Amino acid sequence: MSETIDSVSAAELERQVSQWQASEVAEFVKRAPERKEQFFTLGDIPVKRTYTAADIAGTPAEDIGLPGRYPFTRGPYPTMYRGRNWTMRQIAGFGTGEDTNRRFKFLIEQGQTGISTDFDMPTLMGYDSDHPMSDGEVGREGVAIDTLADMEALLDGIDLENISVSLTINPTAWILFSMYVVLAEKRAYDLDKLSGTVQADILKEFMAQKEYIFPIGPSVRIVRDLIAYSARNMKRYNPINISGYHISEAGSSPLQEAAFTLANLIVYVEEVTKTGVDVDDFAPRLAFFFVSQADFFEEIAKFRALRRCYAKIMKERFGAKKPESMRLRFHCQTAAASLTKPQYMVNVVRTAMQALSAVLGGAQSLHTNGYDEAFAIPTEDAMRLALRTQQVIADETNVTQVVDPLGGSYYVEALTNEYEKRIFEILREIDERGGTIKLIEEGWFQKHIADFAYETALRKQSGEKPVIGVNRYRMEGASERIEVHPYDPTTAERQISRTRRVRAERDQAKVAALLDKLAATAKNEDENIVPVTIELVREGATMGDIVERLKTVWGTYRETPVF
Amino acid sequence: MALPIRVLLAKVGLDGHDRGVKVVARTLRDAGMDVVYSGLHRTPEEVVNAAVQEDVDVLGVSLLSGVQMTVFPKIFALLKEKGVDDMIVVAGGVMPDEDVAELKKMGVAEIMLQDTPPQAIVDRLTRLVEERGAR
Repeated sequence: MSETIDSVSAAELERQVSQWQASEVAEFVKRAPERKEQFFTLGDIPVKRTYTAADIAGTPAEDIGLPGRYPFTRGPYPTMYRGRNWTMRQIAGFGTGEDTNRRFKFLIEQGQTGISTDFDMPTLMGYDSDHPMSDGEVGREGVAIDTLADMEALLDGIDLENISVSLTINPTAWILFSMYVVLAEKRAYDLDKLSGTVQADILKEFMAQKEYIFPIGPSVRIVRDLIAYSARNMKRYNPINISGYHISEAGSSPLQEAAFTLANLIVYVEEVTKTGVDVDDFAPRLAFFFVSQADFFEEIAKFRALRRCYAKIMKERFGAKKPESMRLRFHCQTAAASLTKPQYMVNVVRTAMQALSAVLGGAQSLHTNGYDEAFAIPTEDAMRLALRTQQVIADETNVTQVVDPLGGSYYVEALTNEYEKRIFEILREIDERGGTIKLIEEGWFQKHIADFAYETALRKQSGEKPVIGVNRYRMEGASERIEVHPYDPTTAERQISRTRRVRAERDQAKVAALLDKLAATAKNEDENIVPVTIELVREGATMGDIVERLKTVWGTYRETPVF
Repeated sequence: MALPIRVLLAKVGLDGHDRGVKVVARTLRDAGMDVVYSGLHRTPEEVVNAAVQEDVDVLGVSLLSGVQMTVFPKIFALLKEKGVDDMIVVAGGVMPDEDVAELKKMGVAEIMLQDTPPQAIVDRLTRLVEERGAR
């Protein structure tokens, strides 16, 4: 009678593995050596030849557990995609509100189930479209929004109770959020019924994406106000999307992405609870955003470890009591930095692989990149194919039928454990060095990110990190001709004329008085800045009016670059 | 012995993507060049003033926000205003082929797109400075 799989002890398994290494492996390697001495994940974590139950022998049973149960390693919900697929949320934004509105409607017609908005650089940085710093940038890499009228054009004819809207914006997030609130009130929606997300994760901007206006203190205070306001007034809205994506795109390793994002989470939770809001009153609405990049199993382990670490942090560090406060929900995007210009159709394949690991990792919503994004912002054709990629995974592969199908994989569970251990080590180091904000000011995160980016560039150069079509399987002399999304040269003119009309038609005295009130609110840390901002945008204040006035109170931030 | 090549690397406009420019800065520094990096969100005026003041051989401007056709004409106009005609201006970032062709006509000596190997950038800048000759 042979032993069954569950009757072999870890010690016995380890003995069998050593014996196997000494016999089968040793003999085989003598004839056919392995490609490398040591194998690593993309994030530099060493991996073994194979994994067995012995590698996860000490894992607490609860840590793997079941989907929808603490610590949520296997998924935030018990049924996952058996109930409803992830939200297919392709980001879009260019030109004016009308231009992007047409793209939104196209995507909804193609079967997209949520919308996500990219803003142009002036909107992201708080400049009106007619400011000199906006020259050449209006509506180019995203949609231009100066006033409520632009927001109304952007969301015209879109049913906000059924389509959730994500606003991908940071230093000026609360202004866009305020516009969204006024628009919803004007359309007589019940605010507690609206779901949606505003990114508003300013700390990762200082670390990675570098869209910031004010110094760190007031910047974090704005986020705090936004979360507190939303917790009281919009039960289903996600007032922050704590993002690792940009940390990764700026060059970090997947491990750094995970750990630095949770470091930022800790600051936000500390700031909001300091104002007297109970952790369980807002934690259920905290949402996350991560990249899914090339190392298939590492990404899946990363997502699973993130859920487990988050649950433990919320419970043990912050004393959360509701399970909803401990379950991490995340949006995912495939890795734009992995896209190549040479042989650009290969990007479709890369993106599909990355999307599959996001789904196997349990994402709640997903954006798949367009094949043409190494050239410009994507065309309709590229976006349709990207969306179809998600639809194939959802409808044809059957990976959605079983929750966390890789749960119990010796490798994936061992790597999940390894990720958890390393994430907590980094968080401990951050605490010991004085905390996240101090380390941002010292350039500590920025240096770590730049170092990994530099390593990656060298590894691509040497071929150690293969990139198909770039350092391997090149097609010399092949044409890279492609139809790219055109920039409409009338954009700035169309946009500026509406902004000027709004400025001319509003009640100037009222706006001036509200701007004074805004400045007074900004000076008083204990007040919430959102209500006065809502009044301002309702009365036709522009984003530039609000930001310029606040610069006179708070000043601006300039970083000392490290590389 | 020849003096090290002096380079100013700059980010112009509202674009915050600094991954590439920092990799390039470190690569050129490790290759023995004198590198100054402007930091983010500079205006063309600030960049040209700094390049002239530092008397650099090469001015490299990194852009991933699509505004190259607004920024480079301004830079060349400012250089001309200051009577500088031997500064090597190069570009880096993500830009469409049509713009690359236009920028070359305008006088941009080299456009280094994403996935250009670091060593290729060192080699290219070194050759450009050699071709220009000593000043």
